[in-house]
Amino acid sequence: MTPPLLSVRGLVKHFPIKKGIFGKTAGAVRAVDGVSFEVFPGETLGLVGESGCGKSTTGRMILRLIEPTAGSIEFDGVDLVQLDGKSLRQLRRRMQVIFQDPFSSLNPRMTVGAIIREGLTIHKLAEGAAADARVKQLLDEVGLRAEYTTRYPHEFSGGQRQRIGIARALAVEPNFIVCDEPVSALDVSVQAQVINLMQDLQRDRGLAYLFIAHDLSVVEHIADRVAVMYLGKIVELASSEDLYREPLMPYTQALLSAVPVPDPTVTKSRVVLTGDVPSPANPPSGCVFHPRCQHPAKDAACAAVVPPLEEKAPGHWVACIKQPPTTVEWPVQQAAGGTKPPERYLPVLGAAV
Amino acid sequence: MAEPLLRVHDLRTYFYTENGVARSVDGVSFEIGAGETVGLVGESGCGKSVTALSLMRLIRPPGRIEPGSEIRFDGKELVTLDEKSMRAVRGAHIAMVFQEPMTALNPVFSVGDQIAEVVRVHHGGSKREAWRRAVEMLETVGIPSPEQRAHEYPHQLSGGMRHRDHHALALVMNPALVIADEPTTALDVTIQAQILELLRELQQKFGTSILLITHDLGVVAETVSRVIVMYGGEIVEEAPVGELFARSHHPYTEGLLAAMPHVGQERDRLATIPGSVPPPTMWPNGCRFHDRCPYAWERCVAEHPPLYQIGEHHISRCHLAEEPERRAHPHEPAAAKAGA
Repeated sequence: MTPPLLSVRGLVKHFPIKKGIFGKTAGAVRAVDGVSFEVFPGETLGLVGESGCGKSTTGRMILRLIEPTAGSIEFDGVDLVQLDGKSLRQLRRRMQVIFQDPFSSLNPRMTVGAIIREGLTIHKLAEGAAADARVKQLLDEVGLRAEYTTRYPHEFSGGQRQRIGIARALAVEPNFIVCDEPVSALDVSVQAQVINLMQDLQRDRGLAYLFIAHDLSVVEHIADRVAVMYLGKIVELASSEDLYREPLMPYTQALLSAVPVPDPTVTKSRVVLTGDVPSPANPPSGCVFHPRCQHPAKDAACAAVVPPLEEKAPGHWVACIKQPPTTVEWPVQQAAGGTKPPERYLPVLGAAV
Repeated sequence: MAEPLLRVHDLRTYFYTENGVARSVDGVSFEIGAGETVGLVGESGCGKSVTALSLMRLIRPPGRIEPGSEIRFDGKELVTLDEKSMRAVRGAHIAMVFQEPMTALNPVFSVGDQIAEVVRVHHGGSKREAWRRAVEMLETVGIPSPEQRAHEYPHQLSGGMRHRDHHALALVMNPALVIADEPTTALDVTIQAQILELLRELQQKFGTSILLITHDLGVVAETVSRVIVMYGGEIVEEAPVGELFARSHHPYTEGLLAAMPHVGQERDRLATIPGSVPPPTMWPNGCRFHDRCPYAWERCVAEHPPLYQIGEHHISRCHLAEEPERRAHPHEPAAAKAGA
C-alpha cells in the first residue's frame, strides 16, 4: 500500500480564554481536540461539520498558519510541527491553500499576473519570459484568457476569482491543496464549473485535496473519503459511498437527514436535532454529542465514557459506544452507569440516503 | 376569483449609474395568493433581491421604480403610496427576513426591546403590553425560556437563536406577506432544517404568504408550492414546483437543475452553465440567455422571446415553445467558445 502523503496524529488546538487585567488564563476553547487522519496521494478527503466544529482550524494547522497545541503532522515523512521557518517555507511549495472568499483572498492592488507569479518568484521556479509564459499557461489551464494577466481582481466575477486562486495555488506545483470551503460563496452553476475544474486538475496532476465544506452534497460529489467533525473531534470517517449509504454515527445521520432534497416528489423523514452545538469552551463529558443524540440505546454510559474512534466495518470508523461492534465492552459500559446494551441503529432517512 | 394578496405588474426597477442604466428588474409580473409560498430562484445578479426590495419600496437613488410599474398589495397600490403610509405597511403587513441576522438586529438593544419597539410603533399600547407580546413571540419561534432571553443582546445568542429572533421580529405584527431573502443561505444544514420547519409552522398557524428568495433548489423543492425563475431581470419560467422539477422548459432552469450536486447521485461530472450572468447594464439583445444556451439559434439573437404558455400554470420565456424540435440538437454555447 502506498504510504500516506499527509498523516495527522492527535492534533490539538486549544485557544486560551484570558480573564482580568493580568490576562490570567481562565480556560480554553477546545477548537480541535485530538484529531487523527491520513490523506493519500491523489485522494480527496472531505472534512465536514457545522460551523465552529474545528474543520477550518484543522486545515490551517496543517499549513501551520495556526500553531498546534499538540500532535504531529507528517507530510511526506517530515514532521511539520518541528520544522523551522526556512525548511517550512520550502515544504510549503508542495502544500497550497484555496480559500472560501474569492473577494478577500486576492490582493486588490496586484494584477492577476503578479498574483500568480509571486509564488514562482519566491520559490525561484521561473524568471522573466519563462515566468510570463508559465503564468499564461496556468491561466489557460484554469479556463481564463491569457490576456487577463494585466487586469485586477475587482474586474472578475466570483467564479473567475476562484479560478485565479486555483491558478495561484497551482503555480508552485504542489502535491497537496487544502481547500477551505472553495465553492461555498459561488452560485450553483459556477460552483459546478469550479468543482469540475478541480476534479480535472486532480486527475491530470495527481493532486491530493483536503476538502473542507459544510455542503454535504458537494462533498459527496468530490470526496473519496469523508471525515465528519463535531466539537473538535472526528466522529465518523469512511469512504464517501459508505458514509452516505450507511451513516453509523447518530450525528452524521442527523446531518445527512437535514440536507434538502431537490425533488418535490420525495417526502423525507428527518432526524431533527434540537438545541445548538454546545460551546467548545465547555464541551459535554463522555461523548460530546450525547446531549443531542437520538440513538435509542443512549444512556448514562454515553455521558461517562469518551467513545474511541473504532473500525465498525472495513474502512468505516465511528466514535459511538452504542453502535456494535465496540471495544468498550458491555460490562465496562454497565460499570459506567449504562442500562441499555449497544444495538444497531440506522434510521430510515428517506430516498436521499 | 378573488384578488390575490399581491399582484405585481410590469415592475421595472432601474439604477442610473455612471456605467449606464442598470435594468436590474425589467418588466416582472407575478401574483401571490393568501397563504401561498412562492419561490424566487436564479443566480446572483438576476434581480431577485432588487425585486424584493422594490416590493418593500426600499430602493434608494440612483435606483428607482419606473413609472407604470404596479405593485398591488391587499387592495392598495404601493408604488404611488406616500412614504408615511408605506411605513405603516412595512413591518406590519409586509415583513422581510434577511440572510444575515446579525446585521438585521440592532446590537445595542436587547432582543425583547427590539421586538417590543415594533409593536409600539405599529400598534401603540403600553410598554408592558408590548413587552409581553415580544416574549410571546419569542416563545412562538421556539426560543427556550423566552422571558430571560428577551433581556439578552444579539451577540449573546447563538447563530440559530439569532435567526429565530430575527423571525420573531419580522413576524410579531402577524404580517400577511413575509419576504425571506436567502433566509438560510450560509447556514449549517441542521439549523437550516430548523428554520425552514419554523417558517412552515408559522405559515400554518397564521396563514402567512411567503416569498422565498433562494438559489438553493433543494430548499425550493421542500418548501414552496410554486416557483418563479429569474434571469437577466426578467421572469424566464414559472410553474408549480412539481411541474418545474419534472418538466422544466427553459434551458436556464434546466441548467440550474443539472448543475446541482445532490446526495445519492451518481458521481459523474456535473453539468455546468458556461459563462456568467452579464452585468445589468448590458443585457444581451434577443433572448438574454442566448450566449449561455446550448440550443440558441439565429432567432434567439434577434428576437426577444415573450412568456409562452407551456401548460395550464406553466410559462416559459423561450422560443423552444414554438420550435420544440430544436431541443434535439444541443451545441456548445457561445459563452463556452469565448472562454469563461
